[in-house]
Amino acid sequence: MTTLALAPHRAPVPEAKLPRLLAGLGDRPSSLRWHELQHGPMPTLRRADRLIDVVEASGLTGRGGAGFPAGRKMRSVAAGPGAKVLIANGAEGEPASLKDKVLLSRLPNLVLDGMTLAAEAVGAREAFLCVHRTEGGLLEGLERVVQERLAAGLDPVPIRVTGIPGRYVSSEQSSIVQYLNGGPGKPTFAPPRPHERGVNGNPTLVHNVETLAHMALIARHGARWFRGAGSPAAPGSMLVTVGGAVRWPGVYEIEMGTSLGQLVMLAGGPAEPLQALLVGGYFGCWLPVQAAWPVPMTHASLKGAGAALGAGIVIALPASACPLAETARVVRYLAEETAGQCGPCVFGLPALADALGDLAYSGGQDGGVGRVAALLPLIERRGACRHPDGATQLVRSVLRAFPGEVRWHERTGSCDGVRRPPLLPLPRDEERDQDFT
Amino acid sequence: MSVSLHGPGLWYATRATGLVTLLLLTASVLLGILTAGRFSTRRWPRFLSQGLHRNISLLVLVFLALHVGTTVADTYTSIPLTAAFIPFASSYKTAWLGLGAVALDMLLALVATSLLKARIGYRGWRRVHWMAYACWPVALAHGLGIGTDRNATWVFALTVACAAAVLAAGTWRLAAVARLEAR
Amino acid sequence: MSATIRVNPIACTGHGMCAELLPELIRLDPWGYPVLSSSVVPGPLADHARRAVHACPALALLLTEASGKHR
Repeated sequence: MTTLALAPHRAPVPEAKLPRLLAGLGDRPSSLRWHELQHGPMPTLRRADRLIDVVEASGLTGRGGAGFPAGRKMRSVAAGPGAKVLIANGAEGEPASLKDKVLLSRLPNLVLDGMTLAAEAVGAREAFLCVHRTEGGLLEGLERVVQERLAAGLDPVPIRVTGIPGRYVSSEQSSIVQYLNGGPGKPTFAPPRPHERGVNGNPTLVHNVETLAHMALIARHGARWFRGAGSPAAPGSMLVTVGGAVRWPGVYEIEMGTSLGQLVMLAGGPAEPLQALLVGGYFGCWLPVQAAWPVPMTHASLKGAGAALGAGIVIALPASACPLAETARVVRYLAEETAGQCGPCVFGLPALADALGDLAYSGGQDGGVGRVAALLPLIERRGACRHPDGATQLVRSVLRAFPGEVRWHERTGSCDGVRRPPLLPLPRDEERDQDFT
Repeated sequence: MSVSLHGPGLWYATRATGLVTLLLLTASVLLGILTAGRFSTRRWPRFLSQGLHRNISLLVLVFLALHVGTTVADTYTSIPLTAAFIPFASSYKTAWLGLGAVALDMLLALVATSLLKARIGYRGWRRVHWMAYACWPVALAHGLGIGTDRNATWVFALTVACAAAVLAAGTWRLAAVARLEAR
Repeated sequence: MSATIRVNPIACTGHGMCAELLPELIRLDPWGYPVLSSSVVPGPLADHARRAVHACPALALLLTEASGKHR
C-alpha cells in the first residue's frame, strides 16, 4: 500500500473555520505539552454527563461510517444498568482510509481526551482503545502516550490500548466486543447489541476515534462553536481520505457539506482525466465524475445521489483505468476477508469475484453480467454482519454507474484499462493476520 | 393377578426384548448416521431420517425398560434394579451385565441431552452425542458376551448383520466427511 | 401481528431440513443455505414452521410467535 503524504499544510486553507482537529498537524507525534498549548488543558464540565447534552446539541454524528447521532448513542448507553464500558474504535480496517491512523499517530491526545470525557459522561469504568495488532508501531506509540497521561494524572478511567486481530471483519463493533470477551475477533449475530449488552455483558459505548476527537474540542468550545462550520442539517467538520488519481492524495479536514468536486480540488485536482469517484470506501459506491462533482458531502445528499458518506473515503478513478477490473480485485479481497461463519458469504463472495473477474478480463464468457446480477440477491442481507452487503453494494454501483463499460466488455472481451497498474489500495500479506484469535 | 416370577416366560422375554432393543438401537444409529451425513433422495427427504431416528430412539427406551423389567423381575437370577444403572453391581455375569448398564447410562444421557437440546445449545449437545458411537458397540458387546443365545446361529447372524450395517454406514459417513473437507 | 421466522446465519450449516419442511417459505440457494422468501409466517403455516424450527439440527431457525414467545 502506498504511503500517502499528508497535504493539509501544503494546500492553503481559505477559511479560518478550519483546521480544527488537524490544527498544527506536523510530521511527528505531538506531545501532551504541545496538545495542551494548542487546545487548552482537559476541560472540566460542571457535571460529567453534561457532555451528553452538549454533544447532542452540537449535532455530532458518528465518524466511523454509520453516521448515527453521537449524543443519542451516549444517552442510551448511559441509561443502561451497571458499569459501562467504552470502546474507541481506531482499527480502521478499510485499506483506503488513513484518517484514524493520522489522528492516532500524530494527534493522539485529542482522541484520549475524548475517551476520558465520554467514559465519565456515560459512567464507564473500563476503556479500550482498539487498533489492529499488526500495527506494531502505532500500538507502541499509543502505549507511550497513555503512560505519559497517566503520569500527569489525566485519565481517571485507565485506557487500555488493545491490539485486535488484523482482519477486515475484526474492526466491526460486535467483533471487537466478542474479542474483548475472550472470543475470536468475528462478528456476532444480534441480538443483543453492544449498547445493550457488550463487554462482560455491560452496556458498551463504541465510538470511532475521530468522533471522540471531535468531542474533545466540543467539550472545550461548545455546541455553538461546533455548528459554526458546516450547515444546520450537517454541522461541523470531518476528516476525509482522498486517494487515487489526484495530485496530493492524503487526509484532509473539510466542513460538512463541502462538495466532492471541491474536495478533489483541495487535493490538488485530478492528476489525469477522471471518469468516476468511489465514495465511501470498499463498501461504498461508484459515482460518474460529472454527476458526483457538485454533490455535497453530507449523509443526506450522498444518500440522495445513490451513495453513502461512510467513513469519508474518496478515490478518484482515472479514465485510463477499468472500473470493472478494479472492483473485481476488491471483491476478491473481500472474499478472502470473510469471517468464514455464514455460508452465503463464504461461498457467495468468491463466486461473485469469479463472475466479476470473468466479466472484466474475459468479457463474461462464463455467463456475463447476468451471472453477476443473479448472484447479488443470493448474497446480500444473508450474513450475520454487513460484510456481504458492502460487497454487493459496491458491485451494484459499478454495474449502475458503468453500463457502457459492461456492454463494451461483453462485446469485445476486455478493455485497455485492465492492463493499467492497480489503483485501489489493498493491504500486503504482511499486514494481514492469519487468524482471528 | 399372579405372575410366574421364574421359569421360561420371563427368561424368553428378557432375551427377546434385549434382541429387539439391539435391533432398534442399530436402526437408530444407522438413521443418525444418515441424518448427520445429510443423506437424501427424491423419495427419502432428510427430515425422514431425522424423524425416524428420534422416534426409534424413544422406542429403544421402551424396549429397554421392558428388557430391564423382565430381567429384574426374574427371581431365578436375582439381579437387583440397581445393576441396570450401576455397572458391576451384580454378582451374576458381572462384567457382561456391567456393560449393559454402561450402555443404558450412555443412552439416558443421549436422550436427555437431545430432549433438552434447546436449553444446552447445539455445541454442547453435539459433544455429548458423539457418545452414541461408544454406546452402540458396548450394547452389542453386552448382547454377545452375556452368552445366553450365543449358540443360536440366527441370533448370532443378526448381531453380525447389525455390526456390518453400522460399519458400512460409518465408512460411508467418513468418506462423506472427507469429501466435505476437501471442498 | 403474526409469527416471524429468521435464520441465524452463523449457526446455520446448510443442512437443508427447513426447506423440506417449509417449502412455501424456504428454498435452498446453490450452496445449500436457506433463502427465506418472507419473514412473516401466515397462520396456516405456523405448525409447519414450528416443526421446521424443531427439526433444524443446528438450532439455527428462530421463530417469534405472534404472542412474542421465542423458539
